[in-house]
Order: sequence, then structure tokens, then C-alpha cells
Amino acid sequence: MHKPSSPRTLYDKIWDDHVVLTLEDGTCLLYIDRHLLHEVTSPQAFEGLRAAGRPVRRPGATFAVADHNVPTSDRSLPIKDQQSRLQIETLERNVEEFGVPYFPLLSRKQGIAHVVGPEQGISLPGMTIVCGDSHTSTHGALGSLAFGIGTSEVEHVLATQTLLQKRAKNMLVRVEGQIGPGVTAKDIMLAIIGRTGTAGGTGYVIEYAGSAVRALDMAGRMTLCNMSIEAGARAGMVAPDETTFAYVKGRPYAPKGEAFEQAVAYWRSLRSDDGAHYDKEVVLDAAEIKPSLTWGTSPEDVMAIDGLVPSPDETTDPAKAERIRRTLSYMGLEAGQKLAGTPVDAVFIGSCTNSRIEDLRAAAAIVQNRKVVPSVRAMVVPGSGLVRQQAEAEGLDKIFRDAGFEWREAGCSMCLGMNPDKLETQQRCASTSNRNFEGRQGPQGRTHLCSPSMAAAAAVTGTLCDVRELMEGAR
Amino acid sequence: MEKFTRLTTVAAPLPQENIDTDQIIPARFLKTIQRTGLGKHLFADQRYDEQGNEKPDFVLNKPAYRKAGILITLDNLGCGSSREHAPWALQDFGIRCVIAPSIADIFHSNCFKNGLLPIRLPLDICETLMDDARQGENARLTVDLEKQQIIRPDGETIPFDVDPFWRHNLLEGLDNISQTLLREGEIEQFEQRANRAWIPSTEGENS
Repeated sequence: MHKPSSPRTLYDKIWDDHVVLTLEDGTCLLYIDRHLLHEVTSPQAFEGLRAAGRPVRRPGATFAVADHNVPTSDRSLPIKDQQSRLQIETLERNVEEFGVPYFPLLSRKQGIAHVVGPEQGISLPGMTIVCGDSHTSTHGALGSLAFGIGTSEVEHVLATQTLLQKRAKNMLVRVEGQIGPGVTAKDIMLAIIGRTGTAGGTGYVIEYAGSAVRALDMAGRMTLCNMSIEAGARAGMVAPDETTFAYVKGRPYAPKGEAFEQAVAYWRSLRSDDGAHYDKEVVLDAAEIKPSLTWGTSPEDVMAIDGLVPSPDETTDPAKAERIRRTLSYMGLEAGQKLAGTPVDAVFIGSCTNSRIEDLRAAAAIVQNRKVVPSVRAMVVPGSGLVRQQAEAEGLDKIFRDAGFEWREAGCSMCLGMNPDKLETQQRCASTSNRNFEGRQGPQGRTHLCSPSMAAAAAVTGTLCDVRELMEGAR
Repeated sequence: MEKFTRLTTVAAPLPQENIDTDQIIPARFLKTIQRTGLGKHLFADQRYDEQGNEKPDFVLNKPAYRKAGILITLDNLGCGSSREHAPWALQDFGIRCVIAPSIADIFHSNCFKNGLLPIRLPLDICETLMDDARQGENARLTVDLEKQQIIRPDGETIPFDVDPFWRHNLLEGLDNISQTLLREGEIEQFEQRANRAWIPSTEGENS
């Protein structure tokens, strides 16, 4: 705990600026600037408000969009799955009744909440941002404090615009140096999770810093912050800088004119002070990071594409050996094998981790003048209708379609298999999403998390492979 | 919220690390607009085969544990998705307390909000309790929140830490929202602060 006069971290500063009051035991009532809602984790919260006769305290700090179980096929057709339809209709009824701003399914502004928020300027630096979804950490890339909450907390924020929270510990992840060709923000983040493990960030908020992080564009920073939760941290953040301000300027919901200048002046103060205390520090050398992917069923099961799958014999801990054995069996892999050359059945390019225009450009650069191997089902699911529109304006959709990719409407899609986009039993998928848990993309599905360019390379070669082999002059 | 004071029950041992909330309840069961009735989907992929029949080897399908009120696991319980459907499913099945060496933050917080007590204890103690739990109905554990202790079948007591704020809430079964709304004046004052003037509304694009 810092004293008011001592050097503070970025997290400390945003936290301090949002404390409404502190209870005796240190629990704080934290003010929430932005609350994003989607169809899956909000219906029970609205039902709670209705039962208690409570209004939404500040509709003007709230925004709703359906993303998790929306179909990514033709939107003009009715939604076939009755339960999905009911959930989306329930959201529409709730936003109408409680006066919450909303992008309807047929709007081209619809998309994944964590893509739409930054894209529209609804999420801004210096804000506290919550959503009933663990990947809310994405918005921390703007230099905000953004974290996922449960449905009871969704109801609490709707009713009070605050949350009861305890201050988290500070963790610094510093990535220094320059990344090599074929290496992306996703590879950096997989390397970080491989180092910290999926529980390494539990109880912490991560601040990403260092020259390799500074060099990332906003999409890359969002990829990093997005997967903070896979490192166990509820929130991840990057201090706002000129890259951030240039990104925010002119976004539809961002402040304009004098208000923007006033905001930028404040945002410039949001950087960790020299000598600020971190409870934990991790340093990575960017030059050592290779194109990477996961081999197992936890995001910490990371390896470089030229590495070997681990063997249960490598550990003396019987529980760990058993986990490796169980994971290899689930994934259909042999101990010590290479992943490069392993055939895939599906390729998914999308999700709140990697579905922005920059991600699609990177994938299209690999796909151009190549064809998807016929045995592979490959799909691109843009993060929002606007990303889709931009990609079409640049001709990326044509590159993907001509190669044999499905070009779909925006939504969470095969990241979590709530809509019809799912893996079949034991299908192997190169996926740009964030979780490789058992059954995540469909019962018995086998997920390898990787970057958009690595996923594109898998689609056109039909196997997991080193994207650098498809890039001229990369090796 | 349902109060939690003292619980004496059978504990189910599930010696796995990194049990994510997708395991506790897979996403395909989240298409509900209610909180209730999720117990039948608890651990669905481990508990049922592809035809929907119970797998007899899974701990919650064994006769001794079908009414277990405590679940004991290894590290990083509840990692992943923020879905509160995970504690709802546990609660609906009858689990009122989870014990693990480490518990992921969002799941930890979601448990408290549903009258479900999450307890973090060192690995060796979890393993001792797991050994007790392996004796099924022959060994009941008591969790006493008032005294902050677990009583083993042989009478030995194990103290545990719990956040005082949430301990009080669970013991009293308090509704957080009503409590917070008592501080509405302070919330309004906060909103009026001059340094917040730059924050726009979401109710329309800015020009």
C-alpha cells in the first residue's frame, strides 16, 4: 500500500481517482465510468433490477451489444437456435425498458464488445471499465482500468454505478528490444503466459511496459491486455501515449475539441512515477520470442513452433506428469513430437483477441496468392461490422474468399462455440482466440492458440507450421 | 443472499489443477436467462458421456458424493471466464463451499455473491482434507465461518482466512446493492467532481 505522497503506478493513479469511499477494512466503493453489456451475462441482472423496482442509475455510462451467441451467417435470416434468439430478444427488451444505448444486430456498428468499445471511443484512457466478461481486460490497452465481473456485480453497477473492490497488487511485465519477423503481439503474450503461468497474475493488475510494448500499435496492445486474464490477472494496462491519443482522436463517442484537449492533458499524467513500487516484475527479451502456439489445454502450455511437445518424464512432480499425460491424450499428441507438420481440420481467425483490421491484414498477407488446403475449414470472423466493412474496402475479403476462407459476420463465434460455429469431436484447430480449454471450441475439440499470421499459415499448408517459412526473407 | 454460518457435510475430492469455469459449466449451457436449474450441467463434459449418460467414475456421480456440499480441488480453481453460471451451477447442485490452494479472482468474488464460501488453504492442508474426503460418507467435514475453522472428522481444527467484509456479508446474508444505495449521496458528490467534466455520455455520438 502506498502513501499518498509516494510514487504511484498507473494502476494506483486510476484507482485513486475512482474511489468514492473507503470502508473500515479497506474495501473501496469504486466508481465505474463505463459498463458494457452483452446478452449472456446480463439477463439475470436486469431481472434483479426489475424485481427490486430499481432503475439503471446511469444509462449514459452504459452500452449494450449482443456478441456471444449471435450467428455469424446471414443476419437477415431469423436466428434458428431458440434459446439464442430468446437471449438476444431479452437484451433488446431490457435495453428498451431501461433506456440503455445499444447497437442492434443489423447495425454495421455491431460487433464484439471488446472491439466495439475502443473502436467507437466508448472506452477511453483513464476510465474504469467493466463488463460481464473476463476479456474486458482488453480495454486496458487504452490506459484504462478494465476488468471482467460476474452477473451480481453487473446488477450492482447497473443499480449504483459503483463496485465494492479491494485494491489489487501491482505487477510489471517489461518486454524490451525488438521482435523478429513473423513475431506478433500474440506471440509476446503467449511467451508471457508461458513464463508466468495461468495463476501467476492472480491478485495482481499487470502493467505492460518496455520498448517492445511501446512499439506496438493499439491493436497489438489490445491483444496483450486481452489475455491478461489468461495470466490470472483481472486487468492489464498500457500507459497512454501519443499512439493512444492518435487512436482515440475523432472516434465517434470520444470527446471533441476543447474537451479532448482537456482529456489529453489528464491522460498525460497517467504513467507510473519513477520509483513506483511493483510487487512482482517479469522481464522478457523481445528478440528471444519466436512464433509460438499452445500444445495443450491451458493457455500456459506454450511452445515455440520449432520446439517439441513436452513429455511427462520431464517432471518429477507426479501431479504435473499426470496432467501432461492427460493433456497429450486429449490433444491427440505424442510426448516429444514436433507440432510443425501436424495436420489441422479447422482454422479460426477472429475473437476479441485478434479480429481487428490489423489482424486481418496480417493474415491476408500470408493468404494472398495461396489456397486453403481443401480438407481444412477456415473462417474469418471480423470483430465488428466496421472492421468487416474496412476489410472489404481494402479487398481483404476477396483475398480470403478466393483462397477458400469463409467470410463471416461479426461476433464471438468459434472462440467459445455458443453459436453454430463449433469444432466437431477431436477436430484440430489453429485459432487466434484466447482459450484452449477442453471443449472450449466444441466438445472434444483440440485448440492451438496462435497469431493471425500463424493461423493463416496453417490454413494454406494444412498443418501447424512456422509462418516464417511463408514469408520472404524472414529466415 | 442465503446466509452461510456453519456447514457439516460430505466433501467431494477433485484432484485437478486449473479447473476453468468452462469445465464447471460449458458455454453451451449459458443460453439461459435464469439463475436456477444449472446443477444438472455442472461439470457436464466430465460428468456425462456423449449420449448424456453419467460416467460412473466421475466423483459427483459416485453414490457417496451425490449430495456433497464441499468441493476440494488443486491449484487455480475457477480460472478463465467470468461466468457467474459457475457458482450458480455449484450452488444448484448443492455445493456451498469450495476449497483449493489457489482460486482465480473473478470466480472467488462470484462465489461470495452467491452464498458460497471459497477457502484458500496451503496445498498440504488441501491434500489432507482431500484424503478425508476420499472416505466419502464415513468422513464429514464441518466448515464454521463464525470461528473461521474447518473441523476434520477426527476433531482436529484447521483455521482459515477470509476477507472480513465478505465474512460479514455471508454471515448476515446481506444484499450489497441495498447497502451501497445508502451511500448514494457520496456517489452523487463524486460524480460532480470537476476533474470528471471531460467524460462524455454514451447516449449519442459527439460532434
